[in-house]
Amino acid sequence: MKIGFYPGCSLTGSSREYKESILAISEKAGIELVEISDWNCCGATAAHNLNKELSVSLPARNLALAESDGIEELVVPCAACYNRLVMTQHELNEDEKLKSQIAEKLQMPLKNKLKILNVLQYLEEYFVPRLDELIKKPFEEEVACYYGCLLVRPNQVIKADRWEDPMSMDVIMQKLGAKPIDWAFKTECCGAGFSMSKTEIVGELSGKIVRNAVNQGAKAIVVACPMCHSNLDMRRPAINSYLKTKIEVPVMYITQAIALAMGMSEKEAGLQRHFVPVSFSVNC
Amino acid sequence: MSRIGVFICHCGENISATVDVVKVAEEAGKHEGVAYSTDYKYMCSEPGQTIIKQMIKEKGLTGVVVAACSPRMHEPTFRKACSEAGLNPYMCEMANLREHCSWVHDKSDATTKKAIDLVRMLVEKVKFNKPLYPIKVPVTKTALVIGGGIAGIQASLDIANSGHKVVLIEKDPSIGGHMSQLSETFPTLDCSQCILTPRMVEVAQHPNITLMTYSELEKLDGFIGNFKATIRKKAKSIDEKLCTGCGLCTTKCPTKKIPSEFNAGLGFRTAIYVPFPQAVPNKPVIDKENCRYYQQGKCKVCEKVCPTGAIRFNQEDELIEIEVGAVVVATGFNVMEPSEFPEYGYGKYKDVITGLQFERLASASGPTLGEIRRPSDGKIPKKIVFIACAGSRDPAKGIPYCSKICCMYTAKHAMLYQHKVHDGKSYIFYMDIRAGGKNYEEFTRRAIVEDEVNYIRGRVSKVYEENGKLIVKGVDTLLNARPVEIEADMVVLASAAVANPGSEELAQRMHISYDAYNFFSEAHPKLKPVETNTAGIFLAGACQAPKDIPETVSQASGAAAKVAILFSQDELSREPVVAVVNRSAPPVYSTCVGCFMCATACPYQAIGEELITDRKGNVIKKVAKVNPGLCQGCGTCVAFCRSKSIDIQGYSNEQMYTEVMALLNDE
Amino acid sequence: METKNILIEVKRQTGVNIRECYQCGKCTAGCPVAEEMDLRPSVIMRMIQSGTNEEMDQILRSYTIWLCLTCETCYSRCPMDIDIPKVMDYLRQRSLVEGKVHPEARKIVAFHKSFLNTVKRNGRLSELFLTIDYKMRSLRSGTLFQDMTVAPGMISRGKLHLIPEQIKDKKGFSRLFKNQLKKRKP
Repeated sequence: MKIGFYPGCSLTGSSREYKESILAISEKAGIELVEISDWNCCGATAAHNLNKELSVSLPARNLALAESDGIEELVVPCAACYNRLVMTQHELNEDEKLKSQIAEKLQMPLKNKLKILNVLQYLEEYFVPRLDELIKKPFEEEVACYYGCLLVRPNQVIKADRWEDPMSMDVIMQKLGAKPIDWAFKTECCGAGFSMSKTEIVGELSGKIVRNAVNQGAKAIVVACPMCHSNLDMRRPAINSYLKTKIEVPVMYITQAIALAMGMSEKEAGLQRHFVPVSFSVNC
Repeated sequence: MSRIGVFICHCGENISATVDVVKVAEEAGKHEGVAYSTDYKYMCSEPGQTIIKQMIKEKGLTGVVVAACSPRMHEPTFRKACSEAGLNPYMCEMANLREHCSWVHDKSDATTKKAIDLVRMLVEKVKFNKPLYPIKVPVTKTALVIGGGIAGIQASLDIANSGHKVVLIEKDPSIGGHMSQLSETFPTLDCSQCILTPRMVEVAQHPNITLMTYSELEKLDGFIGNFKATIRKKAKSIDEKLCTGCGLCTTKCPTKKIPSEFNAGLGFRTAIYVPFPQAVPNKPVIDKENCRYYQQGKCKVCEKVCPTGAIRFNQEDELIEIEVGAVVVATGFNVMEPSEFPEYGYGKYKDVITGLQFERLASASGPTLGEIRRPSDGKIPKKIVFIACAGSRDPAKGIPYCSKICCMYTAKHAMLYQHKVHDGKSYIFYMDIRAGGKNYEEFTRRAIVEDEVNYIRGRVSKVYEENGKLIVKGVDTLLNARPVEIEADMVVLASAAVANPGSEELAQRMHISYDAYNFFSEAHPKLKPVETNTAGIFLAGACQAPKDIPETVSQASGAAAKVAILFSQDELSREPVVAVVNRSAPPVYSTCVGCFMCATACPYQAIGEELITDRKGNVIKKVAKVNPGLCQGCGTCVAFCRSKSIDIQGYSNEQMYTEVMALLNDE
Repeated sequence: METKNILIEVKRQTGVNIRECYQCGKCTAGCPVAEEMDLRPSVIMRMIQSGTNEEMDQILRSYTIWLCLTCETCYSRCPMDIDIPKVMDYLRQRSLVEGKVHPEARKIVAFHKSFLNTVKRNGRLSELFLTIDYKMRSLRSGTLFQDMTVAPGMISRGKLHLIPEQIKDKKGFSRLFKNQLKKRKP
């Protein structure tokens, strides 16, 4: 089975373990993820903050490339890239004139009918029905499933399930054997793109998230977004200085949890690449 | 030879500012068969009507066309004027130059041209009009009142006291409605049950009122004065004559953990139950869905303990047909679904409750006997936050309207809380305080000034739980939009008032119209607020729109007065706009071939058969016959008739085609 | 520009009708960075509603428009479905064009510029090059040594590539950065 794959820039650098783990579990499940040829950056927050046109044309190029590769279904693990791609698809479908202008500029045809999946939708569709067969060792931990902003908002376009209190990740984690906790910060913002420019704000916003997760009894925070991960993991010093305490709860990608449950080693799952040490014994 | 008079109305400037009325009158005057044509500023005024009357007499008019507003507005006016001048009222027609022309087009030659066309069409039609006479029907002087809340109670009592019979049906086991659930009522803070229960008892004892609880309307046929209602009397599983209401069964029932509807889910009841101690009738019903015997086939504890042997497990729903002359719909409202407030954590946190649930907490008959205790652990909340407009005025949640009662009851809630918890702090997040009503503004001011309720102008974005507190994230928009965070023990949502589930189906069953939110529509927003578009069916209370008790009671009395007016006559005149099957000379007698397609198509079961016989009584032909008492003039039969043998009086095929041809044969 | 024109202009550029706002304040109440803002989101809506040129100027010079994280919480909870983040995008771009960026926000703008610059060069983002570009831009803000503690950790975890990834069709790609489409008329 072949499905299109858009890694995005973060997955080639600071969140390479996300890419490694999604590719590993897909391979083991017999799914081939085919990278869009010559894909480019989606423009992220910078583009829509500074330049409206780039915020549409950069993602649009990837949509057009995917089409010319013959891809019908595209997995986008990075929540930020997913959001930009879906929003662009929506905006272009709402505005035929803009769509033809952008297609002209790209010098590529653009039907704009691609089915775009985020990592949760991908897992729901291709892994959840087969989990009994795939899981070797249940991931029996109390976890806080953290969705962040970009997988659920704006709900007017993204149309996530129960956007104030989403459950799709919780359901998947539960099926892996985990005990997802009930907590209040599932969809609060981590500070996103301020990681470098306003680290103290990231410390505060991410700090509130980590604090609520720990207060409610989480042993790990599970994420599906590279920005959430780097803010909650790499910016832990800023978080600790905001909370005036040292919090040690690890942050991991949902794909890493699945990798462990599928019987892969901590190294195969890329756990060694985290700043906050994470270790869950896997014996099988 | 027709002698038709055409009267063009300016409607002030409504028509004349857009349409060249003088020219329309001039053109109409040239039309064949028109004996007189004129224009006037207000045709509907006394002098305007006098012109019509005079001309009928002077010119010997055989037909009249008034070109003015919609016939819905003034057809009765002009028909009456014609009748007073000796012309059969059905020889008068209206051309709608306002709604169909001047209001929807800009001033231009084309607009005037359209007006001329409209007039010409009606002139041609009138040439084919025949004198018609109203149909007389008898009136059944019994009213059906649907819903036993305060609206239905008031309407029933008023109709009954005017000397007429009432059948009051209520879907729940007891009458009383939402008002029986309320603690105290604004702005006087008198106890709701104390003022309501005497009326409930009066209903039960009134010789003119037949009370049917646990009953719903299944079907409604007929028309004003002559409705036929089918009532489903749901099986209560008890023999009401034998039951004494001793209550032994309810204390012994083993299924005790069913959320009580009366306590808005804050308490429990048994499977055989009386909803509340003051219920009328004070006799239990078995809730089959939750009864151990009905679900698992074993138990019958109630039957064993009943001292009078009144339990009837094999009782079945009964369908009862009654004849009534008028219907008052008083089915009330509901509060918005909990699932609509994910950001406020309703349904997730036990101590986030609705206003109706707070009423139960504050009520002496409630689960805490009137003490304000939070549902999660029974502790007295020291800090309480009320959120106004929870769902109301929120198009994103599908409710753009104001629920009208929340500002007042929220002020009352905070006031009651302050009276009961002296060291407590209360906050109300609001957008506007809408306190229009006698003594209402004074009441909310009292909450703020005397009872020290903290009003914060702004909406709440999120409520979440942390360390046993409910964190309320709001804003004070009067302080430069300063974010406000309150650690509360309990949160009360003034959840929007919405139409009852099933309103849409009920409206369709009764053929009355309803709005986009499933509230029932009144016939005119100002001048016919208790009537519906279906004659003989009236509205009372919050089924029409959210309203408070005084307003509900007023409307209920209004509806009752309308019923009493209707019942003051022994017979009613109906418009003769009904279907007729044609008759012709022998040997054809009628072009009807007796296929009875019309009878299967008729939604009112108004078509039967008629045998045409010769003098000796031999049947020559079997044809369709319309019962003018049942026919509503919808015209479905006309469309179905293959031999074109049925016509609607006043709207015959001939008349319709003539109108269209007048337009097509434009000179 | 008068109030009416400002509202029309915002509507034309974003499709958002700010007249719909009835000042309930739910956007501000839920905004994660409202505390830090000099003008809260609901206040900005009100200023656009009743605004004069001076008020618009104040908005464009505000810190708020750069603090907005586009987390979309306001939009998702707005009872009137007003797309505030979209309006914020418009305000930021206008602020930049008119040279009215708030001094405190320069670091944020510098970061975004470095980001786009790096993308423009390689087609993909290199976090190392982004960091270097950003440090150079924000030298005066004293951020030079801020992330020095993180870099070694990133390298040791294999997260920082020294050679940036590049796309092949650079020519076609660079077209996206040239000749911006004209602002569309209504």
